[in-house]
Amino acid sequence: MNFIIGAFKPACNVSITFSDGKSRKQVSLKNENGQTVTVPLFHNQETIAGKISVEPVSGKKVEHNGIKVELLGQIEMYFDRGNFYDFTSLVRELDVPGEIYERKTYPFEFSSVEMPYETYNGANVRLRYVLKVTISRGYAGSVVEHQDFVVRNYTPPPSINNSIKMEVGIEDCLHIEFEYNKGKYHLKDVIVGKIYFLLVRIKLKNMDLEIRRRESTGSGANTHVETETLAKFELMDGAPVRGESIPIRLFLSPYELTPTYRNINNKFSVKYYLNLVLVDEEDRRYFKQQEITMYRLQETS
Amino acid sequence: MIAGVAEDEEKWLSAGITGLQQNAFYMHRALDSNNLKDALKYSAQMLSELRTSRLSPHKYYELYMRAFDELRKLEMFFKEETNRGCSIVELYELVQHAGNILPRLYLLCTVGSVYIRSKEAPAKDVLKDLIEMCRGIQHPVRGLFLRSYLSQVSRDKLPDIGSEYEGDADTAMDAVEFVLQNFTEMNKLWVRMQHQGPARDKEKREKERSELRDLVGKNLHVLSQIEGVDLDMYRETVLPRVLEQVVNCKDEIAQYYLMDCVIQVFPDEYHLQTLETLLGACPQLQPSVDIKTVLAGLMERLSNYAASSAEVLPTFFQVEAFAKLNIAIGKVIEAQDDMPIYGAVTLYASLLTFTLHVHPDRLDYVDQILGACVKKLSGKGKLDDSKATKQIVALLSAPLEKYKDIDTALKLSNYPHVMEYLDNGTNKEMSNVIIQSIMKNRTCISTAEKVEALFELIKGLIKDIDENLQDELDEEDFKEEQNSVARLIQMLYTDDTEEMMKIIHTVRKHILTGGPKRLPFTVPPFAFSALKLVRRLQSQNENVSGEEVAATPKDIFQILMQTIEALSSVPVPELALRLYLQCAEAANDSDLEPVAYEFFTQAYILYEEEISDSKAQVTSIHLIIGTLQRMHVFGVENKDTLTHKATGYSSKLLKKPDQCRAVYACSHLFWLDEHNDMKDGERVMLCLKRALRIANAAQQMANATRGSSGSVVLFIEILNKYLYFYEKGVSQITIDLIQSLIELVKQEMSGENTTPEPATDAFFASTLRYIQFQKDKGGVVAEKYKPIKV
Repeated sequence: MNFIIGAFKPACNVSITFSDGKSRKQVSLKNENGQTVTVPLFHNQETIAGKISVEPVSGKKVEHNGIKVELLGQIEMYFDRGNFYDFTSLVRELDVPGEIYERKTYPFEFSSVEMPYETYNGANVRLRYVLKVTISRGYAGSVVEHQDFVVRNYTPPPSINNSIKMEVGIEDCLHIEFEYNKGKYHLKDVIVGKIYFLLVRIKLKNMDLEIRRRESTGSGANTHVETETLAKFELMDGAPVRGESIPIRLFLSPYELTPTYRNINNKFSVKYYLNLVLVDEEDRRYFKQQEITMYRLQETS
Repeated sequence: MIAGVAEDEEKWLSAGITGLQQNAFYMHRALDSNNLKDALKYSAQMLSELRTSRLSPHKYYELYMRAFDELRKLEMFFKEETNRGCSIVELYELVQHAGNILPRLYLLCTVGSVYIRSKEAPAKDVLKDLIEMCRGIQHPVRGLFLRSYLSQVSRDKLPDIGSEYEGDADTAMDAVEFVLQNFTEMNKLWVRMQHQGPARDKEKREKERSELRDLVGKNLHVLSQIEGVDLDMYRETVLPRVLEQVVNCKDEIAQYYLMDCVIQVFPDEYHLQTLETLLGACPQLQPSVDIKTVLAGLMERLSNYAASSAEVLPTFFQVEAFAKLNIAIGKVIEAQDDMPIYGAVTLYASLLTFTLHVHPDRLDYVDQILGACVKKLSGKGKLDDSKATKQIVALLSAPLEKYKDIDTALKLSNYPHVMEYLDNGTNKEMSNVIIQSIMKNRTCISTAEKVEALFELIKGLIKDIDENLQDELDEEDFKEEQNSVARLIQMLYTDDTEEMMKIIHTVRKHILTGGPKRLPFTVPPFAFSALKLVRRLQSQNENVSGEEVAATPKDIFQILMQTIEALSSVPVPELALRLYLQCAEAANDSDLEPVAYEFFTQAYILYEEEISDSKAQVTSIHLIIGTLQRMHVFGVENKDTLTHKATGYSSKLLKKPDQCRAVYACSHLFWLDEHNDMKDGERVMLCLKRALRIANAAQQMANATRGSSGSVVLFIEILNKYLYFYEKGVSQITIDLIQSLIELVKQEMSGENTTPEPATDAFFASTLRYIQFQKDKGGVVAEKYKPIKV
């Protein structure tokens, strides 16, 4: 391996630095190799600026047909791995064709970039943002350098946020009324609510609240839906009797949630559901699923 | 099968303990290295062992205790953690991330305890949150233990008045509210246990429930410890809320236990002030609840409280404790239709004890209770329930013990009615108790009215209540009880002769109903009691003569005559004879010749007609002679008749020696020292001679039948009589007569056929010695004896 790497050793080192790199918040991101790397965090409409420095390896000159930096927003479907769909693509030419003898630094700036979508790593789909530097060379092959970064978009608290309240049941068997204090939760929110037992004729064993993520990709006939249970939170142990009310308090912070994504570029959607599951002594499950909307709230700290 | 279950349980328990210890070990390691995340993880895993459903409460408790100990360490760690700067609020959130509810809530309570201690939030808010969250555990056993844990960790952190966690104005209320709520929820869980699982395990379940009851009751204890619970709060909030829960849970075991708890846990003073509320709950309890024990417990407590200090008594009056209790008991009995009789009686007995302690002066209360008891018993016939009987005996004995005075019991109009419901045996026993009480306290029953009442009470002893049913009573027992009746008759006494007369009438009336078996026991004491009165009347007459007296000895003698006549139905002629003679003697003292004569006549008739046994005849004749000898009231004619008869009887006795002795005894009838007109030496001599003749005949008979001469003892006895009368100066007794008799005796004793008898020899020797002694004494007597040669 080392030999090969040595043989095809790039002719120059390319490094990308962001102008506010020191102060910008860093978040961890899983790259395609499964490794966790720390990358800077941006928001929609932010200006992405910095410097790209090209340094030829130990005094060799580098001939090129031009240097450019691209800002790409890509969606990758896992059934079509390696094939990226760019929903955003911005280019800045950094240099005209020529030769580089020594370290050369190019400032760049993409101002007020439209990045409406958040970085997302799902079961079947990935949405990534990347800065791509390309040093084009005729015969020797181009030198390409990637720099991932993460985009997250804050949403202001919704002005209308009604609670979810519902009465469900099986006739003459089980009637419950449940209430979640809101329909829209931010990622560090707490779900508060209660379950009120109006009628219990079956012997319940326990009750859980599950958070489920439903990721649908593709469209039309090719729609692919993947559902994951992200949280299984026991609410009740034992059999309640009529008139009991069981409190719910579920902190969302320990779970890796994202905001709800609806129809991202016609490619995919991510939705969240609260699933209330009652299990009886014969392990029969009775459940009711309610969609909740997740959003990212501007963190105060 | 059952052994298998127990074995399995043992296995599950040890598996649980192993799991718990393992996780506790990792938890400790995390604690040592200040690794909060791991500490939470392993503590949650450790607590997961408590999620088991396989253990009985007993075994579960063992597991719980181990977890409890570990949680103390965790709590210490949390405390240190906050000291190190970790925010308690964050910690409070962090533990709630645990996915399983049971470990989550144990951790939450543990952190909550630290939270309250940190005082970063008011204790009341934290407690409120904790108790609300605990609703998630609906499994009875696990819920009870979790809430018990909550109660345990919070009890020193309640926002009580004077506590360091004291909050705003309503702080004590917050504390009370918290405990009440926990209590309510725990009780619900506890009651729910009863209704879960198959019906065939009912017994097992009830046993398990009783193992858990203290977890519930502990809350009441905590409530009673809250400083802020003053009488007002107790009355307005605590008690109504507790009772509401107790009544509404409609569970027999819970109601019984909790009522008892309430009574035992809170101060007497509170009970007294809230009696109405407390008692009001009783009729609302399930019919199967053993309410009598509960109420009995309450009344016992109140009784003791009343007894503890006289200062509290006014409060009892003020709150009308008796009336309230009485009403409540009535209602309970009414409400619990199928309450066994003994239950009702127990209640009344307790109330009675209470009354005796608190209102010793209110006899009407006591009577009221007995009346209520009668009402309850009425229409049920005699009791055949031994428990109820026992309770009634207790009920009836209580006033006797308290007042130490039968008088009081006699004033209770319902007392005899209650006794009526006892079966015969117990009735008698109770009567005995009453008599014992009278005897022990030496109480005199001093009015006819009371005597009437008393006899009404003990009529079980006085007559056969059920004539068809012959008692299979032990003879010994019968004697015993009749003896006590006899003793009782002696206690019916007053100094007021008029009243005493009435008493005598009453007693007579009752004892005559006793039938042949009882009369021999009851008539003698009655007779002597009456005679006592006679004697008193005499002495009175001497003192205040001329005054009009209602009761005269004559009347009494009349009564006696009739009463003793009744004995003829038994028959006990010997006893009757003795009584007649006794009466005759009394009449003699009262100078009532005709009466005395009549008594004697009766005695003679008895002797002639009824006494046929020769031994009895001997005894009787001696009695007659003895009595007659003392009679001085008779005129010559009567005297002659009676004496003549007596002598006649004497000589007709069967055995010669008896004849002889009776005849020489008769000699005394003719010589009375103190009456000069009764000194008939002629007839004395006649008697003695006759006796001597009979003695001779006896001797001969003995010779003829046995070939040996009989005893000379008769001769020696006659010799003694000779000496006696000689000394008295009966002129017909001469030295010669005496001398010859001495010779005769000597001769007989030295005879060939005589078998020497040491007793006889000694008798004779001492007789001779007496003669010698008199001789040596000097003076007139010596002169008299001088001629006699020994």
